[in-house]
Amino acid sequence: MAGVVTHRAHPVSDLSRFENNPATREPPWVKRLILGLALSFFAVFLLLPLFAVFAEALRKGWDTYRVVLTDSDALAAIQLTLLAAAISVPLNLVFGVAAAWSVAKFDFRGKQWLVTFIDLPFSVSPVVAGLIYVLMFGAQGWFGPWLREHDVKIIFAVPGIVLATIFVTFPFIARELIPLMQAQGREEEEAAVVLGARGWQVFWMVTLPNIKWGLLYGVILCNARAMGEFGAVSVVSGKIRGQTNTMPLQVEILYNEYNFAAAFAMASLLALLALATLVLKSWIEHASRRDYAPVPEGRGKV
Amino acid sequence: MSIEVKNIRKSFGNFVALDGVSLDFPSGELVALLGPSGCGKTTLLRVIAGLEQADEGTVLLEGEDASGTHARERRVGFVFQHYALFRHMTVFDNVAFGMRVKPRRERPNEAAVRRKVTELLELVQLDWLADRFPSQLSGGQRQRIALARALAVEPRVLLLDEPFGALDAKVRKELRRWLRRLHDDLHITSIFVTHDQEEALEVADRVVLMDHGHVEQVGSPEEVYRHPATAFVYGFLGSVNFFHGRVDEGSVRVGDDHLGASGGDVAHGAEVVAFARPYELDIVTGSDATGGVAAKVTRVLSFGVTARVELDGINGSAGQHFEVELTRERALELNLTEGQEVRLVPSRLRVFERSVVVAAGVGVPQ
Repeated sequence: MAGVVTHRAHPVSDLSRFENNPATREPPWVKRLILGLALSFFAVFLLLPLFAVFAEALRKGWDTYRVVLTDSDALAAIQLTLLAAAISVPLNLVFGVAAAWSVAKFDFRGKQWLVTFIDLPFSVSPVVAGLIYVLMFGAQGWFGPWLREHDVKIIFAVPGIVLATIFVTFPFIARELIPLMQAQGREEEEAAVVLGARGWQVFWMVTLPNIKWGLLYGVILCNARAMGEFGAVSVVSGKIRGQTNTMPLQVEILYNEYNFAAAFAMASLLALLALATLVLKSWIEHASRRDYAPVPEGRGKV
Repeated sequence: MSIEVKNIRKSFGNFVALDGVSLDFPSGELVALLGPSGCGKTTLLRVIAGLEQADEGTVLLEGEDASGTHARERRVGFVFQHYALFRHMTVFDNVAFGMRVKPRRERPNEAAVRRKVTELLELVQLDWLADRFPSQLSGGQRQRIALARALAVEPRVLLLDEPFGALDAKVRKELRRWLRRLHDDLHITSIFVTHDQEEALEVADRVVLMDHGHVEQVGSPEEVYRHPATAFVYGFLGSVNFFHGRVDEGSVRVGDDHLGASGGDVAHGAEVVAFARPYELDIVTGSDATGGVAAKVTRVLSFGVTARVELDGINGSAGQHFEVELTRERALELNLTEGQEVRLVPSRLRVFERSVVVAAGVGVPQ
């Protein structure tokens, strides 16, 4: 047991032992080749484009950067993106927890179906996701006449964008929580019930604290996708400037108009969002590891 | 508080976990539910706690039908095999949980909670761990905290599901002695589930033996060990030698050998299995000996207080293995060597019809 714990606690020292051991060491040129390959790939395909986005965005200086981002259409796009995320993330949070809860804690018929269908937005092309809503709520769609009669606009309007975003980001939180909650089992909840806790007490005091890191992780990924979604939203949006353009759509339009400074300025915001997401993600990973890390055994007797 | 279960039935799909179990647990006793895995003992415990709904039958807590009562209102203490401590709470908060979730009217104030938790942690001798998290404790410590947490709500009955199952042998022994002492101090009606016969016999006031969803026997440890009611109980409690034979005019015949009187009411000519404990067999040497069953010594283990002899059957009992426990003196006197042919003479024999034994599934080959 002690051996296993040491391995987990010091993977680095274990690795360097492996590497410094002449019996297991690879020739230096092999190491350099593999390392060089990985790093140059990383530089060319990831780092360079990221750098290019910021370089292009700031090419004409800070002032232009500020001006193009405070343009009324740009602000509208940012607002719409934030709105879509602000609606879809909480909804998916509720849905994700409910779905994960029902899959992990209850037995019911069709459970496997539910688990499979949660993944549907991952497996279907975003364009198809957008088209589904056009087919349903568009002028020629199933509910089109009814919606027109009641003067409700979904397609080519904000509700459509929100719906498409919800659809696309649907699985993130549930996917994150289901394996976690399945692994944790029902025992702690059962213990809480026997001790007299009511349903909501069990949820707030036992279930939620146990899944908080997984939940946060799911929320962040869900949010990143909600703000960055292009395909499905582009189908339902209609791209009305200042009204139904989200940030990714705005980037495309500006780019197509050869307005590179504005396009890259907007893109740099999305890139910043991605970087912030990565930082948060690794912080969560770090924090959750610290929370659940077992302290080496043998501290005191039975 | 007394517990009574009446005619409890519970199945999971096609698997029948409990098949009409009726039991009575008198107030203040420590009772062991003992049986192999899948015998329904844990299910019965969970039905009593309200964590599982029985398909049929009633649970009476203090003479009151509890079938419609929610688990949280039954006031039972439940200790899980894998502790089920709240991993994000300190030991203190774990123990305090039951008091803090009470409806506001009944909830004790924080000072009272603090006093009670300290008292309980002292009871389980772990008051110095109050600020630790469960992941920082050893298995034995966790189980004692789980017990303190269960006791915090002043349960009317304590249910323990394989409480020592996940612990290593030494800790296990210490803890079960400790549990027994604790029970003697508190006198709370307790039921604990185990598959370890030694644990059940050592700790419990009474033992309930279960198999395939049925109760096989209920009695004091002495009773069930000395006088097993069924072939299953005989085979489950302690090691045992089986002799496959046929009843012939009141004696058991194994091949051409006469094993001894069959006793009881087994019909002439019936195929039977005779059971004898290792210490209920004697070894007779010498070519003139005729009683008992012939066997060949394969190994003699003579360390410890008693000597253990392992033998292979020959002639009528070929293909079977036997184990005999002798006193050191007797072993020295016999001076057995490996490969020696001897005869096994039982001082006590328990005979069951073969069909009954096969149905009980007690280590019967063929």
